[in-house]
Amino acid sequence: MDNNDPLPLGARSNEVEKILVGLKRVVDYNVRVRVKSDGSDVETDGVKMSINPFDEIALEEALRIKERGDASEVIVISVGTVDAQQQLRTGLAMGADHAILVESDSSVDPLGLAQTFKSIIDRDGIDLVILGKQAIDDDNSQTAQMLSAIWGRPQATFASKLDIAGNKATVTREVDAGLEVIEIDLPAVISTDLRMNEPRYVKLPDIMKARKKPLELIAMADLGIDQGPEIKSVMFEPPLERERGVMVNDVASLVAVLKEKGLA
Amino acid sequence: MSKVLVIAEHDGVMLNPSTAKTVACAASINGAIVDIAVFAATAGPIASEAAKLASIARVVTYERSENKHALAAVIAPQIVAVAGEYTHIFGPSTTFGKDLMPRVAALLGVNQISDIMSVESSHIFKRPVYAGSAIATVEAPMDTILVATVRIASYSAVTSNNSALIESGSPSVVDIPTHTRFIEVKSGATDRPDLQTATKVVSGGRALASAENFDIIYKLADKLGAGVGASRAAVDAGYVPNEMQVGQTGKIIAPDLYMAIGISGAIQHLTGIKDAGTIVAINKDEEAPIFEVADIGLVADLFTAIPELTEALD
Ligand SMILES: Cc1cc2nc3c(=O)[nH]c(=O)nc-3n(C[C@H](O)[C@H](O)[C@H](O)COP(=O)(O)OP(=O)(O)OC[C@H]3O[C@@H](n4cnc5c(N)ncnc54)[C@H](O)[C@@H]3O)c2cc1C
Ligand SMILES: Nc1ncnc2c1ncn2[C@@H]1O[C@H](COP(=O)(O)O)[C@@H](O)[C@H]1O
Repeated sequence: MDNNDPLPLGARSNEVEKILVGLKRVVDYNVRVRVKSDGSDVETDGVKMSINPFDEIALEEALRIKERGDASEVIVISVGTVDAQQQLRTGLAMGADHAILVESDSSVDPLGLAQTFKSIIDRDGIDLVILGKQAIDDDNSQTAQMLSAIWGRPQATFASKLDIAGNKATVTREVDAGLEVIEIDLPAVISTDLRMNEPRYVKLPDIMKARKKPLELIAMADLGIDQGPEIKSVMFEPPLERERGVMVNDVASLVAVLKEKGLA
Repeated sequence: MSKVLVIAEHDGVMLNPSTAKTVACAASINGAIVDIAVFAATAGPIASEAAKLASIARVVTYERSENKHALAAVIAPQIVAVAGEYTHIFGPSTTFGKDLMPRVAALLGVNQISDIMSVESSHIFKRPVYAGSAIATVEAPMDTILVATVRIASYSAVTSNNSALIESGSPSVVDIPTHTRFIEVKSGATDRPDLQTATKVVSGGRALASAENFDIIYKLADKLGAGVGASRAAVDAGYVPNEMQVGQTGKIIAPDLYMAIGISGAIQHLTGIKDAGTIVAINKDEEAPIFEVADIGLVADLFTAIPELTEALD
């Protein structure tokens, strides 16, 4: 549908000016995460860090909306330590126009994140926020929903397809029953599922160009956010491992074992 | 004293089995009184099913036409309006609950706990993080309302031998937002057992190589009376629809029998089947990581082994 849009580009009402995308710095999804021996946390020293995979998808979607002429600016934001500048630079190299690092040395719960994003929305006048459906470290899957709640705007979570027309969007969501389609008014918050798009690779010249793009630093403390009652992680432990079982040599033996266990 | 409100999941007609599992978690809080709330256009049959669930005190129905489809933006403010009576509000960690409960929590000004897998005390819980590579013990403050989702694969449904009171809740005065509108749900509904509640599940991976080839998986599943699942690679390649994905970002399941066919066993997939009773793996690569967790492994080419197995199960 994107390709045979009846309206010539200039004739569209471009309702979305600025898109805000959250980029979280997380342990790369290929790393086998281990719990520290004292149970205080998981081991993150010397481990490869990346942009949360869902957030790359969120950024890709924002860039495509801008490239279609449906938005004018893409802003990436990360809340975390100074190290997160690395992920923001990658975001700028992918094509974002502006990056914001809200610096915090302690981890921020989703409600605090939502309030942080809301303060940027109020400051910069954002029309669309695209976040990942979950951060693959805490696996919370909360921030987009909380942000839309405190903003009083629609949420379209677990999205695999987003069509913007004027001040409305039609979103296909991946739900347990299949694919749900909803229509929402903008501004709104979207959270991305894996099948929304295939994020682009960053090319070397883009990395060079990104060095000149603005990366703004804000101290979390300066935003004066009340993060709400904290949920404390008091301990981490490794999961119960499943034992390696038996190998069978052929289908007949498999059937025999299944029958013995009453499973076939 | 804990007073827990469980938000019923339903499709407008029937109660979803996730509700009975969420109740099981709520009831495992020492001395808890558990109510179920049904937000629906017409609650009748859903409420009657809910009232049968063991360990609950009462079912409260909130009927209004806007509740016809479970839109978080519509339901969340109605939950907030009745939250005052409760110490805890629980929903299932399905796409329904994951969409709704954080919105409820934020409106109440509190953080939320996702995917409770065990209850240590009324305010201390265990939950998986990093795709299940670690289990975190988390503690919520005692002096605020506690909102959470329950990892349903960690709980067995409570039995249906109750006959709790059904009350109709006084209509809340909240303004219902109209900025979010339901259009449709497209589902590849089949007669096969539902993936999330099936006692047996057969899943296929990238190795199936086409949608047509998945037929051998369906045939085996039908022989076993099993539900059918898939890896992300199989879904991404378009062999099967998205609702069949098992794993960190798909469905977390706990069948008695899980068969992984032509699936390598990536951590993101394994986290979806940790609680399965017996895991069977069929893979032509004896080094495949799936064999590290399988109870029964067979190194074989699936294109010969699966038809043979289906045949042998007569
Ligand atoms: C953020 C994130 C979230 C993710 N979430 C999920 C998720 O929820 N669920 C999920 O499944 N994955 C998820 N993944 C993807 C995951 O990392 C793997 O890429 C995926 O599970 C691989 O699918 P597969 O095992 O089918 O394919 P492959 O890894 O390609 O494995 C195919 C297997 O088939 C075997 N094989 C090939 N031919 C035959 C044959 N003829 N007979 C028998 N065996 C054969 C091969 O030996 C191989 O082991 C996620 C990834 C990311 C980054
Ligand atoms: N520290 C962070 N910085 C930037 N974005 C974040 C951060 N934490 C979460 N997000 C965004 O919120 C989404 C959902 O995260 P969560 O609710 O923690 O699972 C992520 O995919 C990001 O888009």
